[in-house]
Amino acid sequence: MGLAVFALLLSLGAVGSFAQQIPARNARRAEGLAAWQQVHSVLIHPRCINCHTAVDYPQQGDTRRRHFANVVRGPNDNGVPGLQCATCHQESNANSTGVPGSRNWHLAPLSMAWQDRNDQPLSSAAICRAVTDRSKNHNMDGPALLKHNAADTLVGWAWEPGRNIHGSPRTLPPLSRAEFAEATRHWVEAGMPCPER
Amino acid sequence: MATYELTVNGQQRSVTADPGTPLLWILRDELKMTGTKYGCGIAACGACTVHLGGVATRSCVVPVAMIGDRPIVTIEAISQDPVGRAVQDAWVSHDVVQCGYCQSGQIMSAVALLKSNRKPTDKTIEESMGGNICRCGTYVRIREAIKMAAQL
Repeated sequence: MGLAVFALLLSLGAVGSFAQQIPARNARRAEGLAAWQQVHSVLIHPRCINCHTAVDYPQQGDTRRRHFANVVRGPNDNGVPGLQCATCHQESNANSTGVPGSRNWHLAPLSMAWQDRNDQPLSSAAICRAVTDRSKNHNMDGPALLKHNAADTLVGWAWEPGRNIHGSPRTLPPLSRAEFAEATRHWVEAGMPCPER
Repeated sequence: MATYELTVNGQQRSVTADPGTPLLWILRDELKMTGTKYGCGIAACGACTVHLGGVATRSCVVPVAMIGDRPIVTIEAISQDPVGRAVQDAWVSHDVVQCGYCQSGQIMSAVALLKSNRKPTDKTIEESMGGNICRCGTYVRIREAIKMAAQL
């Protein structure tokens, strides 16, 4: 039976095209994974991952320490009455005081945590799965993820993070915003592959 | 310098200031409303807390140019609000204040909490008030006064 099917496919020229498609598919996946590696390098930078915690508080600084004053996540990921994110964080950076700001300052929801409950970053594969899981990521498909990474104002703060309390410029992610968007585009176009582990 | 039309405690106020001037200094220096206190200047102590658009906000880090049409409520007018009145009464009943410097901010944060949560627990009080520092250590009395105000 199998031989008959193979003969039929051969007569139709399908085996040849399948054989050609496999290496092409593998190459596309490899390109996608390489692009994901670049995307991932940005996601785990403190400017991004500090607000993608798995606990009830944000982190701050390059050491990713717990936010001072025991600031908590709250029911809507923007703090609690009396101590909301907007209590201190305004719509732009306050460089004279070191308080960062951007429109709609808030924590990513717990479903988009990129860390474990011990504040350690998840594996690249686990973060990739979280990012691509539409039940966790506000139902964003590839184009929506690309738009989010390329154009979202709060995401963009990572590249304009202002000065810290000591007056020093905050560190930036390893890629520029444009490079990050381009890497995301390559990854999306390659079918958003995730590492095996 | 630019001129800004602000709504402060229900009144229209016009101020001319550098756009980067913090709301705290608009209140204290321009409008002579000194109930709101300067503590740290970096949003780390809570002494300067006011309500901006209904949100407890550190006025020391809000440039006047960012206020827009959001109404401002300060400690000077908080007794006109039923929750604010209850908080101030509870503060007196529990003799909360020691030196008093942080108490404007403490009360503004407590009112913001109670406007959203009329049955606060010890945990929710600590979470909401965690950004208001009191060097006299009146925290225990603050917590009890908030619980009392919630009953009023």
